[in-house]
Amino acid sequence: MNTGTLIEQLCDINAPTGYEHLAAEKLKEYFEPLCDKAYIDPFYNVIGYKKGTSPNSKSVMITAHYDQIGMIVSGYEKGGFLRISNLGGIDTKALMAREVIVHGREDVFGVIGAKPPHLLTAKETEKNLKITGLFIDTGYSDDVLKKKVSIGDSVTIVSPVVEMENKCVSGRSLDNRAGVATLVLILNELQTIKHANDIYVVATVQEETSLLGASISSYTLNPDLAVVIDVCHGDMPDADKSQCFTLNKGVPIGIGPAFHQDYTKALFDVAKKERIATQRSIEPSDPGTEALATQVSRLGIPTVAVSIPLRYMHTGAELISLSDVESVATLVARYIAGELDVTVGQNLI
Amino acid sequence: MEKLAELTRLDGISGNEHIVREYIKQNLAGESLEHYTDSIGNLIVKGKSSGASDLKVMLAAHMDEVGLMITYITEDGKLKFSTVGGMDSRILIGQHVRVGDKKIPGVIGYKSIHIQDRAERESAVKLKNLYIDIAAKDKENAQELVNTGDYAAFASEPVFFGEERIKAKALDDRAGCLVIMELLKEVWPFELYGCFTVQEEVGLRGATVAANRVRPDVGIVLETTTCADVPEVKEHEVSTVMGAGPSLSFADRTSIGDRDLLDHFIKTSQKEGIPFQWKRTTAGGNDAGKIQTSGTGVKTLTVSIPCRYIHSPVSVLDLKDLRNMLNLVGKALHTLPQALGR
Repeated sequence: MNTGTLIEQLCDINAPTGYEHLAAEKLKEYFEPLCDKAYIDPFYNVIGYKKGTSPNSKSVMITAHYDQIGMIVSGYEKGGFLRISNLGGIDTKALMAREVIVHGREDVFGVIGAKPPHLLTAKETEKNLKITGLFIDTGYSDDVLKKKVSIGDSVTIVSPVVEMENKCVSGRSLDNRAGVATLVLILNELQTIKHANDIYVVATVQEETSLLGASISSYTLNPDLAVVIDVCHGDMPDADKSQCFTLNKGVPIGIGPAFHQDYTKALFDVAKKERIATQRSIEPSDPGTEALATQVSRLGIPTVAVSIPLRYMHTGAELISLSDVESVATLVARYIAGELDVTVGQNLI
Repeated sequence: MEKLAELTRLDGISGNEHIVREYIKQNLAGESLEHYTDSIGNLIVKGKSSGASDLKVMLAAHMDEVGLMITYITEDGKLKFSTVGGMDSRILIGQHVRVGDKKIPGVIGYKSIHIQDRAERESAVKLKNLYIDIAAKDKENAQELVNTGDYAAFASEPVFFGEERIKAKALDDRAGCLVIMELLKEVWPFELYGCFTVQEEVGLRGATVAANRVRPDVGIVLETTTCADVPEVKEHEVSTVMGAGPSLSFADRTSIGDRDLLDHFIKTSQKEGIPFQWKRTTAGGNDAGKIQTSGTGVKTLTVSIPCRYIHSPVSVLDLKDLRNMLNLVGKALHTLPQALGR
């Protein structure tokens, strides 16, 4: 399967943060044929295990979260309308005039509306709406709607991934199904590379709200090394350049207190050897990814991070380059397949 | 109703309506209907007539839809644009569009919420700060794909949902076009011209010349109109209610409904048991404004289908309203000569 098709399929899966039970089984199907064992943990993390060849094998955990930002039904309004709250950091600027699916007793299609522009005061038109000012129009009468949808049901944006110029794609949930796609591509590469280490790929839950999936899986699996794969901000003309990464200009590798210096250096070395371009992703404090959780799990798990530049994050028009996804997968596969001979401090206690 | 869906899939932003025009021509009932495309692009179709009355009736619906036009290509290959027709710029961020004849896929960008500062998060983004991203590498690459002056249309697939609703772009006014296409299947007691007009959204331009050519006695404009029967809106601000029938306009910004026509349509509604509602506000305007004042004056009426989220990629109408409009206008037209003593 080519990368574009893989990503289109993965982004089509609905897994709003906290509602991953809707999707875990579907994701497992992608890992199963490529692993020795694939399973779902009690919190719906989806884990694929592939045994290494070395008798002294170390274990490496690679995480990519599979939850997506979304909304939750918070109330009814007369006329077949629903009120909503956010699940994760959604940008209300990008919600108006969007199509959604309400995941009720059955999937219910709707569109997001707000007070129409001809009824706004000049001041109101200058403000960004709060999510409490938005509603979903389902087209059903009130009694029918109440049978189909309950308060607390999740809502996802409809915006299928479309192909664009220069091997780019755009749509919803590329944050972080693009990362999940790299997990599948890595497993694919490992079918033909002999790898010393035991590999766990983990599609994690609830990154968008609490890093729950990464916390649980790093504690449970207790790996020697964690590799976190997530998206980072792509180059957008109106954004601060220091926080953004150009598409197709190399794999951004995390640098900063969250990332283990020696393992990170080794990662740069592998990239150089394999002639894979890199960019330096400077994170002086909170990396904004699961590295924050894996780094402090148990007695501390050395963590490195790579990312995929993505424009217009948390909208239905997220945009990435497929070449970037493939570069990340190749780099990580080559890195973890090799001997991880970094000596991490001596145990004094 | 599949035909309505097909009509909305076509891109025909004001000044670029030829694809819609061709579709309508190809799908006219019976190939025997005479039709003419005038210099501005209006499609004028002569209906079948028994010749029983000397009335001349013009039906008008506009083919054009609102959209965007590329005005400038930046050094990094992004496209700056203007809106064509009235649009709420707050709906634009994150929408998918297709640009130019090659339908190059693009998205309307704005920096991610994570890197907006507080003031940016709280304010709406001005149109001048938006751009279309077609994933071009740079200006040169973008210029290979698109040109300034290219139109960009919303990439919005029609969806039937809820209880008899459709969501699509361009329901304004492909729904009116569909009604005329259906009415052209019938034989009328008078001379009837179905006029599919252009450039309504940028100032009622097509209708101005179409009316001068047809010189009708009666003009009926078949439209869609704002429908704000939604949360956040006070009852007295609601102009029409979805599902309550086609609306008759007593007046809007550009015209006042002809009293004789209004009386006749209301009587027909009562006699036939077809619901209608008043358009209760006088905002907005349409082709009726130009038809009414053309030549020596034309008795004019606007009949509209309520349309929520109009001028957006997710406009919504109720199929019952569409059917009732077709029914009401058809019935009222057949008895029009008697009602007007002609």
